[in-house]
Amino acid sequence: MRIDGSAALVTGASRGLGAALSRELARRGGRVVLVGRSIDTLEPLVQEICASGGEAHAVVGNVADKSATHVIAGAAAALVGAVHLLVHNASTLGHVPLRPLLDTDCEELSRVLDVNLVGPFRLSKAIAGSMALRGRGMVVHITSDAAVEAYPEWGAYSVSKAAFDHLARIWAAELAPAGVRFLSVDPGEMDTQMHADAIPGADRATLGRPADVARRVVSLIAGVPLGRGERVVLGRAS
Amino acid sequence: MNAATWPREDKSRERLLWIDPAAATFGDAHVGDLPSRLRRGDLLVVNDAAVLPASLVGETDEGRRVEARLVAPEKHGWKAVLFGAGDWRTRTEDRPPPPALVSGDRVTFASNLTAIVARASEGRVVTLRFTNEGDSFWSALYQHGRPVQYAYTRAPLPLFHVQSAYAAEPWAVEMPSAGRPLTFALIRDLRRRGINVARVTHAAGLSSTGDAALDATLPWPERYRVPAETVSDIEATQRARGRVVAVGTTVVRALEGVVRDRGALVPGDGVTSLRIGPGFVPRVVSGLFTGIHDPSASHFMLLQAFAGRDLLTQAYDHASLAGYAGHEFGDSCLILRDTSASRGLAAA
Repeated sequence: MRIDGSAALVTGASRGLGAALSRELARRGGRVVLVGRSIDTLEPLVQEICASGGEAHAVVGNVADKSATHVIAGAAAALVGAVHLLVHNASTLGHVPLRPLLDTDCEELSRVLDVNLVGPFRLSKAIAGSMALRGRGMVVHITSDAAVEAYPEWGAYSVSKAAFDHLARIWAAELAPAGVRFLSVDPGEMDTQMHADAIPGADRATLGRPADVARRVVSLIAGVPLGRGERVVLGRAS
Repeated sequence: MNAATWPREDKSRERLLWIDPAAATFGDAHVGDLPSRLRRGDLLVVNDAAVLPASLVGETDEGRRVEARLVAPEKHGWKAVLFGAGDWRTRTEDRPPPPALVSGDRVTFASNLTAIVARASEGRVVTLRFTNEGDSFWSALYQHGRPVQYAYTRAPLPLFHVQSAYAAEPWAVEMPSAGRPLTFALIRDLRRRGINVARVTHAAGLSSTGDAALDATLPWPERYRVPAETVSDIEATQRARGRVVAVGTTVVRALEGVVRDRGALVPGDGVTSLRIGPGFVPRVVSGLFTGIHDPSASHFMLLQAFAGRDLLTQAYDHASLAGYAGHEFGDSCLILRDTSASRGLAAA
């Protein structure tokens, strides 16, 4: 899809890959709405992007909160028009340090599913309808290898991401005929706060830099004729 | 007619009153039967405006409560209609008038949402200039605003109950409700039968101001956007002798407004002050899928551009006796020539 001039919405945009994706989309001419839970972390990033000549807007909202769905979708469309590209990047590991399933509270599993699965479903429901009516649009699910590998102690996050991948496939099966594309992207291990929370003490030199990964994700969105719910794994850049 | 007080679970089972002005007849069906009431090659045009949380409650500096219902953005702020004490639970016509405000007065809606009255020339109609703009204005509006609603509704409406399945830009201050029963399953069925669906964006305005004299001036000028692809779809439909069916009176106003204001159906943005009633000859729209409108309502005047008053009144009386429900969560009506010849499930 063409990024230049497109209206894009990125969740979890305050830091890590979400911030990097927002910068990269804006650098390529996207009109980007950054969604996060705190204006204090979003605002400096929006100012930075605007100062370098990009277009960015901040919308405060928690994707896990049902009542925030139309607040996010409505405010975004008021600021940049009908959204062409929706990137579900917001995600939670649940309790850290990670724990075995037998020690995982039921409420904790629900909370992780709310952030990683149900919230993105609601936001897609609020936005993909207008894409389907227009016959174009793209929704990207940022996923993880934990969606397919059964790592001990990653239970809540892992099942949420497995379901998230399948959600993309089903959306695609239903909306591909209407011209709306869905894609899951596993960005690989990155040097982010989330990674540090999950695996304290990892060798950071072995981890991808969010800015590099974001460039590759955006190139993928821009260039590859994908979107029928495929799961794309970004290997380490050579 | 009883008002529907809340959205219903199964939209396809909501009722559909069809009216055929050519055959001067009408009959009962369900919304799910809509595809069989249309023909291959017909085109439905919907209004994809999302609904703003346009009702804000605030206080003047003297501590008097005021509700502002936003109408439309203007050059120097937002046009708004003010109401006094109370809320949507009281009928608008029974609400006390708002405190008299003059230019320069301040209304505080929240710590992060304050407006100065920029113009107060017509009683309760004012222009509010909000002290914040851009990201901060929209975030605050969505944080503190609520959908405009009326006394016949059962409970406070969440924003998601007033959006269509395909809502995009938030231009409307009331739900373009004719499209509310159009689920994606129904749109998919229509498309599979060769009935295409196109869109305009039209800023559906307030339907009541609480002041009879002002109400008589509704609808006020409303902005619209007609995309180039919709113009192409309409031209292709007309060339193939298909029928263009407007989903809602706002779509009629947008499409016929363009033709009146610009001389032809051309794509673009504009503002229309077109008022449609008996004797108006539509040049684009062949028929209308809409709610059940009371003969005393202003929308009923618009319907008379598509069917005669007697037929509409008979159909309305039938619908009342048959238990149809009115207002934005109510049943639907299709006014279209030759729809009685289509493969419907019931006849009058």
